[in-house]
Amino acid sequence: MKKEFLVYLGILVLAIIFYFVITEPVTFSPAVSLIIIALIALILIFIFIRTIQGSFVGRRTVFTFVAISVVLPFFMTIEQAIRTSPEVQALYAAVEELKPGAKVLVSFDYDPPSAPELQPMAETFFNLCLERDLNVIIMGLWPQGPQQAELAMQKILDEPEIAAKNLEYGVDYVNLGFQVGNEFVIQRMGDNIASMFQTDYYGTPYDSLPLVRNVRNLSNIDFSFNLSAGYPGTVEWVQVAVDRYGVNLGAGNTAVQAPQMYPYLRAGQLKGLLGGLNGAAEFEKIAGRIGKGTKFMVSQSFSHVIVIAFIIIGNAAYFLGEKRRKQKAAE
Amino acid sequence: MRRQIPLIITFFIGTLLVVSVFIPPMESLKETFTLYFDIIAVFAFFLGGGNLLRVHLTKLSRRKQDWVYSIVTVVGFAVVLVIGLLKLGNPGGITASPTAEGSLFQTLFNSILVPLGSTMYALLAFFVASASYRAFRAKNREATILLIAAFVILLGRTPFGMMLTSWIPESFSILQIPSLAVWIMNSPNLAGQRAIMIGIGLGVVSMSIRIILGIERTYLGEEK
Repeated sequence: MKKEFLVYLGILVLAIIFYFVITEPVTFSPAVSLIIIALIALILIFIFIRTIQGSFVGRRTVFTFVAISVVLPFFMTIEQAIRTSPEVQALYAAVEELKPGAKVLVSFDYDPPSAPELQPMAETFFNLCLERDLNVIIMGLWPQGPQQAELAMQKILDEPEIAAKNLEYGVDYVNLGFQVGNEFVIQRMGDNIASMFQTDYYGTPYDSLPLVRNVRNLSNIDFSFNLSAGYPGTVEWVQVAVDRYGVNLGAGNTAVQAPQMYPYLRAGQLKGLLGGLNGAAEFEKIAGRIGKGTKFMVSQSFSHVIVIAFIIIGNAAYFLGEKRRKQKAAE
Repeated sequence: MRRQIPLIITFFIGTLLVVSVFIPPMESLKETFTLYFDIIAVFAFFLGGGNLLRVHLTKLSRRKQDWVYSIVTVVGFAVVLVIGLLKLGNPGGITASPTAEGSLFQTLFNSILVPLGSTMYALLAFFVASASYRAFRAKNREATILLIAAFVILLGRTPFGMMLTSWIPESFSILQIPSLAVWIMNSPNLAGQRAIMIGIGLGVVSMSIRIILGIERTYLGEEK
């Protein structure tokens, strides 16, 4: 316990020192980045050889490598070949088809733990909508969703091209806030949105907001985008908004949840899908806006390679252990 | 009698809502009942909060294992609740939204909840890596197929996969790792997910019938 406390204290002290000492962003040159990658690869090969020799690594070594693979890429300058998948292209095409002034409903059905994956999608989607003069209506079926939306929207509104448009709250975009009731909220919105959101996020009455004054129900929505990390989320939007009210829906999901959405995608119930951080990076690429998704992808690539490397090492250890056990049994 | 009345209500409401789907004049009934659901759902928040306090205060009073963490939970709950309800530190005062820019509630959300939430999620990377290292073994044919699929998806969902197989000519692009990842998601995964969804759908229908007919009674709690 004392040892762990000292480690935590050490990390805290280092963090404070770095915070005050390093005032400029640190970036490794491509050559230094390559040297670091080569060193990590060499150490992994060394671990593999040691494993073959019968010396197995513990979980702390795995943790250390994961930490290195996640943190170091933030400082590296690496070119990434991102290829946009058909589902991401389909979502972009669906948004591109919308005419200026079209009403886009964005539901934020996630909370801060899922933000690293979903927030980059939200930012790029807002940027795309506002750039194309689409009207954005925000809501959330998760209590903290609308707050996540506020963070994303504020960031996009501060970007020079969007700031130059002098967009007005209530006219160009609006945040209706959170409503309790899961899929029943969507069902009621099919008939009457104002009955579910009598005021917006800031307490302004629904009918006082010019953007939504004439938006009575889901049939007045041109496109809907759902950012989901679980229940209620994309499944509920598909089952209620799409199947019962014919809403055009696109979705952004966490990587864990995305595979479940492929049946809806293939059936045409979803117009497009962004799956995990990779989906966010692909969407940024196709939208021509480099954001957190692309930047975080380097870390994700590295950590995936590290996980694969340790699975191979783990399997080597397993088969060698089995072989030795059989030899002993034979003796 | 305590169990008979809820069973009768369930049977009556369940049958009524099923029938209403087929009788257009009765369609508005489902809207009325969703309103009732909203009202009940609001009470769930009170129950949830009350239950959280009960569990953690009991833990604290009895000094159960890890009771120290309960202090954090109770204090966190109380601080956010008081600040949110009384709108303490809110530039607009009691009439403004608790989430207004610059409010203490919003500052707590941005400065504590967002980074803590992200940290919790980030810890998954360590556990996934460690668990994969210790448990993901090619023990048999099925496990080996799963392992290969996992490798393809892990690499195919990153630019690294593209980089590794970019030398493959475009005419054989299906062999590139990202294309293989797309195929796995669109074919084997899709088939599996559909099977699961159909299974769940059938399960929901049969469970609903059991509940409406009063065969399934576990939702009523234990019989005393």
